[in-house]
Amino acid sequence: MSLPPDQTLLELHEVSLAFGGLQAVERVSFVVPEGAVKAVIGPNGAGKTTLFHLVSGFLSPQQGRIIFQAAEIQGLPAHLIARRGIARTFQLVQLFDHLTVLENVMVGRHRLSRAGLLAGALQLPRTRAEERHIRARAMEALEFVGLASRADQSAAVLPLGLKRLLEIARALATEPSLLLLDEPASGLDTVETERLKEMILAFKEQGLTTLLVEHDMGLTMEVADEIAVLNYGKLIADGPPRAIQKNPEVIAAYLGTDWQA
Amino acid sequence: MRFAGLLNRWVIFAIAVLALAAGLDNEYYFTLLNFIGIHTLLVVGLNLLLGYAGQISLGHAAFFGLGAYASGILTATYGVNPWLALLAGLAISGLAALLIGIPALKLRGYYLAMATLGFGIIVYIVLNEASHLTGGPSGLSGIPSLSLAGFPLNTARRLYLLIWLAVGVILALSANLVESRTGRALRALHDTEAAAESLGVDTARMKLKIFIWSALYASLAGSLYAHTLNFIAPASFGFMFSIKLVTMVVLGGMASIWGSLLGAGVLTVLPEVLTAFHDFEVIIFGAILMVVMIFLPRGLVRGLMDLREFRRYKREGGSLV
Repeated sequence: MSLPPDQTLLELHEVSLAFGGLQAVERVSFVVPEGAVKAVIGPNGAGKTTLFHLVSGFLSPQQGRIIFQAAEIQGLPAHLIARRGIARTFQLVQLFDHLTVLENVMVGRHRLSRAGLLAGALQLPRTRAEERHIRARAMEALEFVGLASRADQSAAVLPLGLKRLLEIARALATEPSLLLLDEPASGLDTVETERLKEMILAFKEQGLTTLLVEHDMGLTMEVADEIAVLNYGKLIADGPPRAIQKNPEVIAAYLGTDWQA
Repeated sequence: MRFAGLLNRWVIFAIAVLALAAGLDNEYYFTLLNFIGIHTLLVVGLNLLLGYAGQISLGHAAFFGLGAYASGILTATYGVNPWLALLAGLAISGLAALLIGIPALKLRGYYLAMATLGFGIIVYIVLNEASHLTGGPSGLSGIPSLSLAGFPLNTARRLYLLIWLAVGVILALSANLVESRTGRALRALHDTEAAAESLGVDTARMKLKIFIWSALYASLAGSLYAHTLNFIAPASFGFMFSIKLVTMVVLGGMASIWGSLLGAGVLTVLPEVLTAFHDFEVIIFGAILMVVMIFLPRGLVRGLMDLREFRRYKREGGSLV
């Protein structure tokens, strides 16, 4: 499946951010083609999660532009960026512990529903109908990740692997155009990682674009169409997996010479 | 199934309220129940803010005072229709909450507590100082009673039905709210604001909305209070009362609608029953707050249920690991 090269969903142009004296991200530029899976790899502290925070609106760049669906989004607050169709997961899972598994995903439907405070208090027929709709779509997302049987459990008691799945289901429920996955395989066993891989490939089938931060190179090489490599906040390589594996600078900084596809 | 359960609770509530109306004879008991009702309105509102949305307010008595004085001044001094005055009180409290909320809700944790504390103190001082308007420290008297279609609600028993109708409506609206899209978003942002934001929830706006909503409940309670006593004084709307409200929320159970009724009930009746309260009120409320937060942080009902679960678990040889 090849895409026209000028159909990019996300573009970063010379994005920079420093925390005091530390340059966390330095003039990073790359594009994410629509419908692709793009991975961002690099050693810890290279700026990968900072990049995610910049794209999702939790941080603002000091320089540079971030363009999503042909509109500039740098500096916009997180909730507005989310409403434009970017969803994310977090490096350390951020679930709503006091809500059930299903309720967590139902919050994911927030941007696609409308009932306000007064409507919620009055519970008129239209509000109740919307609520049923929210519940149904949320259950679909849970079924997709295989957590439907745990819908009414407290989110807090799930084991880590399932918590990561729940976070993904919640992000999917927002019906995003771009999904940011921050180390989704972290803490997962082999079986769970395999399931994650299948899921990411399924996203691609459905036309969802994925930007992925990962340390698990096996997973990354198998799902990514393109890989961007960060080191000390700078982009040192950007291309298809084969090229990245052979890139001497990448090998020196991160992959090591023993790594085989 | 959940709907059927709720239906039962409301039916029981309605029956209990009506049964007491028919069965009790003593004006004193009705007065007590009226205060429980008024406190419940306050506590439910504060619980939505504190228990569900996790926002600290130490100045909630101020909105109670704004409602009471709006009603009191407009009816006693200017002869305005009490129902219109009540609506005016809602508008004033809502506006105050909006103005305070916009800057204050950008603050986190202790700072928000201090900002609301400051607001409470300012209102208290204004109520005391603007004596030409409010009657100053000696209070405002001659507040007329409410009347429904010409029927004056000037006895505790008559007020009882109105107040508890209001309580029923407010409890229902609040129970609905908690389970709704907005309620979920509030509970979510209480757990982790970042994740809520990442899903498109405008957390700042949500917090402001629930702050205003809870201020409206307090204002309603204040207006009813003014027309119940026919007299109000600033002393009832100070910091101590704000703390009592927080204690009622905590005792009944944070994030529990019915717990609000319990907390208001217990801490309204207790001072009447224990005369020690008169001298040591401050200490006793403080002690209750401390004890509950340390030993039963989920409040009385859930805390005792948890305790029973824990004991049974240990007896059956379970371990916590």
